[in-house]
Amino acid sequence: MKTMDLQELEKRFQEKIDKEIKIEPNDWMPDEYRKTLIRQISQHAHSEIVGMLPEGNWITRAPNLRRKAVLLAKVQDEAGHGLYLYSSVETLGADREATIDDLHSGKAKYSSIFNYPAVTWADIGTIGWLVDGAAIMNQVALCRCSYGPYARGMVKICKEESFHQRQGFESLVTLCNGTPTQKAMAQDAMNRFWWPALMMFGPSDDESPNSAQSMKWKIKRFSNDELRQSFVDATVPQAEILGLTIPDPNLKWNEETGHYDFSPINWDEFWQVVNGNGPCNKERIEARTKAKEEGMWVREAAMAYAEKRALKKTA
Amino acid sequence: MKNEALYNYVLRLGDDSLILGQRLGEWCGHGPILEEDIAMTNISLDLIGQAMSLLNYAGEIDGQGKDHDALAFLRFENEYRNAILLEQPNGDFAHTMMRQFLFDAFRKPLYEKLLDSSDQQIAAIAEKSLKETRYHLKHTSEWIIRLGDGTDESHQRAQKALDLLWRYTDELFFETEEDLALVAEGIVPAMKVIKAEWSKTVTAVLAEATLNIPTNNWQFEGGRRGVHSEHLGYLLADLQYMQRAYPNMKW
Repeated sequence: MKTMDLQELEKRFQEKIDKEIKIEPNDWMPDEYRKTLIRQISQHAHSEIVGMLPEGNWITRAPNLRRKAVLLAKVQDEAGHGLYLYSSVETLGADREATIDDLHSGKAKYSSIFNYPAVTWADIGTIGWLVDGAAIMNQVALCRCSYGPYARGMVKICKEESFHQRQGFESLVTLCNGTPTQKAMAQDAMNRFWWPALMMFGPSDDESPNSAQSMKWKIKRFSNDELRQSFVDATVPQAEILGLTIPDPNLKWNEETGHYDFSPINWDEFWQVVNGNGPCNKERIEARTKAKEEGMWVREAAMAYAEKRALKKTA
Repeated sequence: MKNEALYNYVLRLGDDSLILGQRLGEWCGHGPILEEDIAMTNISLDLIGQAMSLLNYAGEIDGQGKDHDALAFLRFENEYRNAILLEQPNGDFAHTMMRQFLFDAFRKPLYEKLLDSSDQQIAAIAEKSLKETRYHLKHTSEWIIRLGDGTDESHQRAQKALDLLWRYTDELFFETEEDLALVAEGIVPAMKVIKAEWSKTVTAVLAEATLNIPTNNWQFEGGRRGVHSEHLGYLLADLQYMQRAYPNMKW
């Protein structure tokens, strides 16, 4: 293809984006756009799947049958989100199994929040409230993403995530209105999850190299720092309703900006966890790798049986 | 208690659902395929739902104000009445599917007959649960056939699971003198009817799966009388952890 042609294609592509016309799987798109989406959507899919582990950890110990059923349903939703997202990745020509192998080899990332352990029952409510709450901030914006399949998948995912967020909050309301032991359990979970939840929005804008191009392509609509600020602004009043203290002595309403001020994030911790040194990185990847390896014979059996059936039909 | 026989019967049904639902939940996040992870969690969810209805009803019959949570979480090990089959550890995927299949093949005809129970509450629970159980049986039958007639490895694993679990199947058809009175009243079906249906399903599916029913038919029992395997204690330690560690709190 001539250089001029490529420039023309890129120009038309950007015009479509500027006019808010969705890009569909068979449309022409720049290689970098495709690569960026494959990376982002598969990371998102991996986050859903790895995210099943800390919560799954509490299914057998949920405190009553209703909470057990709700948690089962929630984790099942996450698995379903993983499925849609892997399907979206496939519309871009990537192979689901290959992207999963990248997760297991450490080449592909997933949301760092899931590298923190869920050690008490209050963590389950807190994950629903803060982690799903932070995810929604990101995902609502993604419903308007320029890539059609991702944007449409996100609409359904957002509905379920917002339900999870409310379930998490409701679970914490019960704890915070319960005994002092329960309230303390909720506060302890808040103390451990607050900062990792703020880290979910990624590096600050001046440290986020891919952001400008993603904004231009309308894969991203808001910067990391903007989304983080919206999350803090939305969450502080909810913490007040619960009567929980946010573990930040500098958290304060700023009349001038109309936003809450908060302390700087511990970026050393953020990068250490991203790079594999969080409390559970090793366990999470081991669990997923083990599931894949131990499931190999099951997948082989299903394939072998399907082949036998096909042969019988033609015979 | 108004009707101790009915209480015991419903408790057995509820405990079967509860204990198997608890076991299946352990697979969450660790399934061999994402689709199957979802399927197992889904069956677990159905079973926990059934356990809630059944244990609530058992509590009602008992008449001492116990709800499903009081019964699910606050009994001692020897007060659980589930069949030993259902507390067996998950093992590999073939083991889990075989356990589930042997149970579903029992539960489906049982719920079908319970639809006609003269006890309206039981009939209503059976109606809702039957829809779910039909899917479960279809799903597990397909997997047993796929695994049995798949690769050499999957065949061996499925056969090993069948050899290990077969000895627990007879207990599913446990029936007391008091149960026979319920049968006479048209509240529950006779177990021999259910066993005949079960045998038909199991024989047909295992034959298609090219799996052999063990020749040694020595059977274990005890769960229905509260005498369990060593596995139940650990399962209950997880299940009851929160209620035992933090008693008398609302969650």
